[in-house]
Order: sequence, then structure tokens, then C-alpha cells
Amino acid sequence: MSIDTSAAGVSGNRSGSAVIEFVRKPLVVALVLIVALLALGEALSPGFASLQQILRLSIVAALLGIVAAGQNLVILGGREGIDLSVGGVVSLSAIIAGNLMMGQNGGILPAVLVCLATGALFGLANGLGVTLLRIPPLVMTLGMLGVLQGLLVVIRQGIPSGRAAPALSQFVSQPFLLGLPGIIWLWLAIGLLMAFLLKRTVFGYRVYAIGSNEQAAYMAGVPVRTIRVALFMLSGMFAALAGICLLGYSGSSFANVGETYMLPSIIAVVLGGTPLAGGRGGYTGTMAGAMLLVVLQSILTTINIDESGRQMIFGATLLVLMLFYGRAKAMRG
Amino acid sequence: MTSLSPTADRNPFAAALERLPFLPALLILVVLVVLNGWFEPNSLSYRAITGLVSTYLALMMLAIAQTYVVMAGDIDLSVGATLSLVNVVVIVLMERWGGGGGMVLLACFVGILTGLACGLINGLVVAALRLQAIVATFATSIFFTGVALYVLPVAGTPAPAAFWRTYGGRILEIPFVFWVVAALALLLVLLVRTRLTLQLLAVGDDAQGAFQSGLPVAAIRIKGYVLCGLFAALAALCITGDTASGDPLVGGKMTLYSVAAVVLGGSALSGGKGTVVGSLVGALIIGLINSLVFFVGTPSEWQNLVQGLAILIALMAGVFVGRRVGQ
Repeated sequence: MSIDTSAAGVSGNRSGSAVIEFVRKPLVVALVLIVALLALGEALSPGFASLQQILRLSIVAALLGIVAAGQNLVILGGREGIDLSVGGVVSLSAIIAGNLMMGQNGGILPAVLVCLATGALFGLANGLGVTLLRIPPLVMTLGMLGVLQGLLVVIRQGIPSGRAAPALSQFVSQPFLLGLPGIIWLWLAIGLLMAFLLKRTVFGYRVYAIGSNEQAAYMAGVPVRTIRVALFMLSGMFAALAGICLLGYSGSSFANVGETYMLPSIIAVVLGGTPLAGGRGGYTGTMAGAMLLVVLQSILTTINIDESGRQMIFGATLLVLMLFYGRAKAMRG
Repeated sequence: MTSLSPTADRNPFAAALERLPFLPALLILVVLVVLNGWFEPNSLSYRAITGLVSTYLALMMLAIAQTYVVMAGDIDLSVGATLSLVNVVVIVLMERWGGGGGMVLLACFVGILTGLACGLINGLVVAALRLQAIVATFATSIFFTGVALYVLPVAGTPAPAAFWRTYGGRILEIPFVFWVVAALALLLVLLVRTRLTLQLLAVGDDAQGAFQSGLPVAAIRIKGYVLCGLFAALAALCITGDTASGDPLVGGKMTLYSVAAVVLGGSALSGGKGTVVGSLVGALIIGLINSLVFFVGTPSEWQNLVQGLAILIALMAGVFVGRRVGQ
């Protein structure tokens, strides 16, 4: 998960600190918190932690987790990497897919191809702006978000919201293999793919290299620009994929569905142990982070308080959770 | 950082740009004013400009708010939520206490205290607890939105006439909003003269260096956030005057615009370089882009896209030109 496992090895001679190292691992923290929250939910409203319910939460988490995969890559690449345009791409992809499918299974393949290409295109634009023009990622993707939101208004004017193909809806919400829906398998596959990509390929090593020290990586011959553009393109494609799945989940696309994914995708990455500075962390933690966010939100909807109380508790809890992860070092003279 | 290099052998424009990083923004602003006047001569009338200022005064204030944290290399994604919270607090208090003049002023005062409190919370979370600013202020924005929804669950309560009549009215034949702008200018001049602006820039330029030269870095960053809360509260008073009603979600969309305005104004999000004047200009650029898109007769459904593209291009051009000339 975390690339700096060497730290645990060094301090291994003192078994106590090894345990502390293990317990402080973001993935472990997130998993423990997920289990604790599920137990709390079960206590508050029996049936919360039933298998059926956990499956439903996993589907919602998968949608967020797929967006967060791209976000994670961009953040790992460092230099203040962040992608604020993912929400817009999710919405755009959902409406394009809905219109290409129009409730027909035959439309799935063209929809997937067109949506992934669209996502890649916006990612390419972001990546070129960040690398060639050296616009800070936050600024570039913020501007792109504005463009996407405007584009959505135009598109919505002319065409209907579209309908998901039955096979897609089934893939997202019905059991597919071993009782798990297809989207869960897709998410797990993405998890394996990301782990392989980041930990076993040259591309992955290069991502960590440019994330932790871009100058050194450049000196060592890493094609820094190409990799960064690729990261933004992957982010756009993951967002587009999430948009297709979201269409399958909700049946038809509606206004700005994707907007709710923008900042939560960043939070999922942070709760998963990847600091926004990049160069450290990985996707396994992010998956747990996405699940943690979804379980937390779900628990808040089951307890009987009004929206204002829910938001206050959610915000405060996020702050407390963040105390576990990646706090900046105190200044020393 | 670059100010240490000898300036003699560089072109004078670069030197001017270093001292006044908002020059490109000013240029864009002038072009936009001319274009607005070209397509709709009435848009340069006294009346139209008054309207533009009273609509975008809130965004100008919010951009200033954002500037003080950006100077120190931080960011505040909760300014919109702070604005919403102050808006509903002021509206509800004015309704409870009756719409009398003194009570309206007292409500505004409580609103400003609310903004300061929000800023203080953000400052403590980011600078004292050392959480990452982007995600931490997003979390506080959720919290503030929750509090705003608690104070006023649904939009709608109207502001007392005394309040919005003043905001939209005139004093000594001069529109009230221009008095606000004058007072704002005075306040900004006073703030520029304090040591705080320089300290914020020092922290943003090199936090470690600032710390080692004895600056209380955490305290300075907290002050930046408190100042941000203050201006977000002032922005809320402007919004309340403009819309004359309470809405717990009114500021949500404005957060990202405030960041865009700061960047358009030539400030660097990485900190150490920024001016409030630039952010004011940046906010006006966004306002003028929006009105220009309208004046050139863009069909209504295309307006958002054209605005988005224009803002993206302005952002890219600003960052690009600013750096090219600065080198």
C-alpha cells in the first residue's frame, strides 16, 4: 500500500513501535473505522450492517472509488496535482452515455468508447495546460470545470436526458458473480490494476518519482510531462467510467449529478493515506477511504436528525478523521 | 525570491510587473470595459456601473477574503459557506429584533462576529492542527452549511426594508455602494500599511525561512484566516443588501469564483505573491465577462459555456503572461 514500508522495517527491532506503525497505517485506520461505524450503525438501527445493506453501500462506494482512482493518480504525481473537473466529466459522461444507449443494450459499447474518449480528451486538455503552459492544476481544472458546466447547460437544452441500457443497470445493481454485482467486480479489478500499475510497472515508479521530486526525476531521464499528461487523461477516463456506472445506477442522467463527486473524491484519497503533496500513498487506501465516506454518510441518514445536524456532524467528523492522516510537520528551527 | 536578482538588466515592464502583479489583469479589465461599451454603449452609463458594482461587490469582498489566505500559501474553500451562514444569521436576527435602524446595525455586527469566528475555526484547523487546507476547509464548509441550515432551514425570509433600501439607495446623491467601495479602499490601504500583509507574504514565500527568522508562522496564518472570515462576512452583508433575503446555500457557488478572481488578479496560489487590488480587478473581470457575454447577444443556453471558456482563457492567459514577463 504505502511505499515507505522501509520505516516499519527499520524500527522493527522495537516490537512496540512496529505495532504502532501498523496501527497508524491509513488503510488499517480506515478499515477499523469502517467496521466500527458498521457496528455503530447496527446498534442504532438493526439491519444497517446486513449483507444486503453493505452490498448497497459498496455500490455507492464503488462509484466514488472509481472517480477517486483518477484523482489519486493526479495527486500522486505531485506538483500540487488535483483535478477539480472530475465532477463535470462524470455528469457529461452520464448524459452522453444515456443518449447513446436510449435503453438499448446495443448502445453500450459505443457509449463506453465515446465516453472514455471524451474523458480522455478533457484530461488531455487539462494535462497540456498544466505541463506546456504550466498553469497550476487547481487553476486549470477549476477553469475546465466552468467550461464543462457551461457545456452541460447547452447539451441539456437540445437533447433528452437519455436512458440506461437494461444490461448496464443490471451490471450495476444486480448480482453478477458469486452474488456480487458487476460494478463491485469492476471496482476490485480497478483496485488490482492500480496496485499493479503503481507498484509493478515502470510507469508506476515514475509516477512516484515525479511526485516526490520532479527535478530529480527529470534529471534521471523520466519523461515528466508525458507522464503528467497521462495522469490527467487517466483521471478523465476514470471519471467518464464512473459517469457510465452512475447512469446505470440511477437509470437516467439528471442535472449535474457528478458535481457531488468533486471534493469527496479528494477526501477519499486523503482519508486513504495519500497526502495532497503527492509522491506517497496508493489506491488500496483510497478504496477504504471511499467506503469510509459512504458508510459515514449512510449512518447519518439513518439517525433521526434533520439535515442541518447531519451536515454539522459530517463536517466535524471529517475534521476528526483527518487528524489521523498526514498532518503537516511542526516547524522546527 | 526573484526580487533578490539585480533588476537593472531587465526590462522595465518586468520590474513593474513584479511590483504590481495585477497589471495583466488591469489590461484585461480595460479591454473588457471597452468591449462592453462597444457592444452596449449604455453599459458604461453611471446607472449601469452602479448596478454592476452592487451586484459584484459581494464577489469583490469574497475575492479579497480569499486573497489574505492565498498570500500565505493557504486556501479557504469555506468562504462561500461562511458567507451563507452570515447571511442567514443577519436575516434571522433582523427579523427577530424588528427592522429598526439600531437593531439592523446590531445584527450586522453579530454577523461580522460570526464571520470572524468562522475564520478563526479555519485558522485553528489549518495552522494549529496542521490539516491540509483544501480538505480541511471543505470539511468546515460542510459544518458551516449545517449551522446555516439550522439557523434558517429554507430560503426566503425577507430583509427589513431599512436594510435593502439603504444598500440600493443613495447618500448625498451618491449611491450607497460607492460609499462602501470608498470605505473598503480606505480599509485596504490601512491593512496594506500593517505588518500583517508583509508577514503573510513572507510565510507564503517560504514558511520555513519565515519561521527561522522568528516569525510566529502559525499565528500569522490564523490571522490571515480571521481576516478572510471578516471579509467573507462583509461580502455576506453585500449579498443580503443585493438579494434582500436569506438563503442558507447562497454562497455555495461563489467559493470557486473567489479563487478564480484571486488567480485572475495575478496572485499565486502557492503563496508569497498577491495583492488585494488584483483580486478586486479579478472579481470585476468575472462580472464584466458575464455582462459582455450577455451584451453580444449570446443565446441564453450558450451563455454559461461562453462564460466558462472566457474565464478559462483569461485564467490561462493571466498565469502565462504573468510568468513569461516576470522571467
